[in-house]
Amino acid sequence: MEHIVIIGNGIAGVTAARHIRKKSDKKITIISGESKYFFSRTALMYVYMGHLKFEHTQPYENWFWKKNNMNLIEGIVTKVDTDKKKLVLKDQTIISYDKLIIATGSKPNKFDWKGQDLKGVMGLYHKQDLESLEKYAPNTKVCQRAVIVGGGLIGIEMAEMLRSRKIPVTFLVRESSFWNGVLPNQESEMINNHILEHHIDLRLNNNLKEIIADENGLVKSIIIEETGEEIPCNVVGLTAGVSPNIDFLNESNIEIHRGVLVNRFLETNIKNVYAIGDCAEQKKAIGQRRPVEAVWYTGRMMGETVAQTICGNKTEYKPGHWFNSAKFLDIEYQTYGWVFSEKNKSENEWHFQWQHPSENKCITIAFDKISFEFLGINTFGIRMRHEIFDKWLSEKKSVEHVLEFLADANFDPEFYKTHEAEIVAKFNQEMDRNIQVKKKSWKRIFSKL
Amino acid sequence: MKVIKQIGLGIFLVGFSVFTSAIFSGYFNFTQQELDSYVSEKGYKSERIKEELLKSIVTDEKLSILEFSSKVRAAFEISNNYHNALISKYSTEKNWAKKSEEFQYKISGKPHNLSFEIAKKAGKGFFKDQPTLAWWLTFGLGIFGALLFILPNAILLGKPGIKNDGIYHESATNRGFIAWLVLIYLVTFYLLLYFMPDYVVNWTFIFDPISKALNGGNASQWFVYGFLYCTIMLVMGVRMYIKYRHNKYQIVRTTSVIFFQIIFAFLIPEIMTSLNMPGYDFKSAFPLDYDFFFEWNLKNLQNSGAIGIFILVWGIILTLIIVPVMVYFFGKRWYCSWVCGCGGLAETLGDPYRQHSNKSLNAWKLERWLIHSVLLFSILMTVVTLYCYFSGTSSLLGIKSQWIKDTYSFLIGAWFAGVIGTGFYPIFGNRVWCRFGCPLAAYLGFVQRFKSRFRITTNGGQCISCGNCSTYCEQGIDVRAYAQKGENIVRSSCVGCGICSAVCPRGVLKLENGLEKGRINPTEILLGNDVDLMKLLNK
Repeated sequence: MEHIVIIGNGIAGVTAARHIRKKSDKKITIISGESKYFFSRTALMYVYMGHLKFEHTQPYENWFWKKNNMNLIEGIVTKVDTDKKKLVLKDQTIISYDKLIIATGSKPNKFDWKGQDLKGVMGLYHKQDLESLEKYAPNTKVCQRAVIVGGGLIGIEMAEMLRSRKIPVTFLVRESSFWNGVLPNQESEMINNHILEHHIDLRLNNNLKEIIADENGLVKSIIIEETGEEIPCNVVGLTAGVSPNIDFLNESNIEIHRGVLVNRFLETNIKNVYAIGDCAEQKKAIGQRRPVEAVWYTGRMMGETVAQTICGNKTEYKPGHWFNSAKFLDIEYQTYGWVFSEKNKSENEWHFQWQHPSENKCITIAFDKISFEFLGINTFGIRMRHEIFDKWLSEKKSVEHVLEFLADANFDPEFYKTHEAEIVAKFNQEMDRNIQVKKKSWKRIFSKL
Repeated sequence: MKVIKQIGLGIFLVGFSVFTSAIFSGYFNFTQQELDSYVSEKGYKSERIKEELLKSIVTDEKLSILEFSSKVRAAFEISNNYHNALISKYSTEKNWAKKSEEFQYKISGKPHNLSFEIAKKAGKGFFKDQPTLAWWLTFGLGIFGALLFILPNAILLGKPGIKNDGIYHESATNRGFIAWLVLIYLVTFYLLLYFMPDYVVNWTFIFDPISKALNGGNASQWFVYGFLYCTIMLVMGVRMYIKYRHNKYQIVRTTSVIFFQIIFAFLIPEIMTSLNMPGYDFKSAFPLDYDFFFEWNLKNLQNSGAIGIFILVWGIILTLIIVPVMVYFFGKRWYCSWVCGCGGLAETLGDPYRQHSNKSLNAWKLERWLIHSVLLFSILMTVVTLYCYFSGTSSLLGIKSQWIKDTYSFLIGAWFAGVIGTGFYPIFGNRVWCRFGCPLAAYLGFVQRFKSRFRITTNGGQCISCGNCSTYCEQGIDVRAYAQKGENIVRSSCVGCGICSAVCPRGVLKLENGLEKGRINPTEILLGNDVDLMKLLNK
């Protein structure tokens, strides 16, 4: 029986394992150095905040793995010998494979800051980071202030976590406005204000210079590059992005660059070795996507795809329309299709924007300024239907069509106030159109089913 | 703000302590004259019971309720034993005339209930004499303190949004010792209420004036319970309004359950009673309202003129037509989390405990066995009852009508729905009864699962498997198991509380009543991936 070994039990590896099991009775082994059972990394924050216990982040009960005949090994792979098709673990255990899937995810970036390995400095990625945060920032007594370095999704989550225990937070953001490499200004500014509403000391245009230790090797303070200001703190969160976790492959024959280089079939340069998820790097970027995509959803999609290939149905990785979501403190964010920030958008991409006068709600709709084709939407504080936008993107609908049928796409809970009329009125005024909003129709919503 | 909260908690605890200690306050005794008038009022014919009561409770001594109860129960036992002995003596002597004459001296009824009735007359002391002041010292302080504790949250909790910080850090909401204390208190409360009402007779004195104003009579333990129930739902409803103030669905739903509890379950039946009508809760549907088809109720309704017949017809239409049709259009939520009193308490008092429902596969198996067994039990009981009612016999297929009714009332009505159903909130979650026991929920569940427009829609591929939805599902549904596969949630047990949708950080879940077509949508490959692959595998 063919032996499939998967390194990494995150969403990519586990999705691959589940789909291989659905289609075959191949022997499956999953190796993880982080935790025996699969858990949702994105939910770690809720454990610290007291919304969940760690066990709640595990999507499958512990009997699931044995029942589905998936062998779990706790260990860290130190060497991959592709000639002999063998792995060596840290404890010198040797594991042979027939096919190997590398799904080792990411690690937090560190930019050689002085003091970056001190006690009390941590990223927020692994289960161990959560444990370390619980140790160094259990309450305001132990941690009088924390400094977070890096204004991205993990940074703002870490700030939210610390604030849930009333720990004062200073948030260093390199950019002139939060995440404005990705978000248009309207949205980025709304988030800036929301961060301040949560009493987080937001420092835009600020970089970390160094972290200073006390006599016990613990964090004592940090120094800001631009101003030289010293901020006393007990914990430093390093959240300046992540990069593929592939150091253990340096000595192997597997071709790596930033990540493990793969073709569209997720195959590496070595036969029968595949890479999926955060650690995989497409040799050639797909569409407007980045070669390395450290996103939950793409990890899952690669897992679904590689399982097909491994079970004999050779399948190209063809991610559909881009989508993503996040939550910035209290503000939910969803995006479908491509909306680029003012910094990065092409000349043909136009934005129609609407913002609620008092609540934290806004949308940006991107469209082609010549053809008026709908390109994508960012929505904050209003939930939207994935299926509808996926369909509109596939059918290359116009921005007018999207606005006319916007009520179909609303996914907010019942009785919520809807804003389609105001949104469309603004569009009509700005673009000199006369679009009438259509009432929501179940028939249209489910027409493709 | 925090100080106000602390003061509120303190005031609440004072009111709560006065209420609890009321049990042990006051004293009980009869004068000769009071006893005589009581015996003639009740029409007791036995000389023996008169003697026994005279000996034990006609005294200048100030008896506590515990002493009083045990003396009264002993008196009834001695008297009944005495007459029973005579009955068997006449039986062996084959003296049938004497034997049948002797039966009239026996006194039926549960000992604690007999004792409750006398205690109601024999009680003296602060709570009897000063009911209004007593109300303010118990309910008044309790409500005021609780509101002082709850209202500052509108500011302390910060901006509107999900407020689950620290739930698993607090003893009260993480099965710590406070949770266990609450469990013990609630269980004891229900045991007293159902089985030893005489011990809590002092509580009823507090409500005699209110009860008289509403229905013309003195308050029973059920009046106290009804009032307490409404009060708790209102106060904890305020907490819901603050906690979920960003979510209009929760606001509307909470208002609805409170409205139906206060108006339909409490006020209308009381007012009907005052008008000499049978007091009836028009929203309570059989088989949750399990004694609807009991002989006494049927007879009572038939003897109550037009309103009685209306209630009879309404009750049958409610169960057979209104309930399933509404479930078809809106899901069983219209009943379970918008109207029902049990659901109402679970959604208000029980909300801090919703995370404790067990999500394991084994719990789901147990749930299906238990709830469907109770449904069968209730149907069997009703069939036996109705057969005996119409045929005039006392049993069907060897099952005695009285026995099966008593068994159901004791096991399901009192223990399961009350003692376990509510008492176990702090440890096993707030829907123990609704999930594992309610026969009406089982019936609605069938309709919801097989013929309904209701579902929780999963928003394409947006789920990140975080587990908030499953954790906060009070019905123990592993919502995530569906959401992470891109499947809609169509489950018989879902009561549509909408919390899964509220706590989802990525906007994945929405409760909807849509077309039946496409309601159940099994998926292999999630939305967002290769279109061809999705078509190939999701067919």
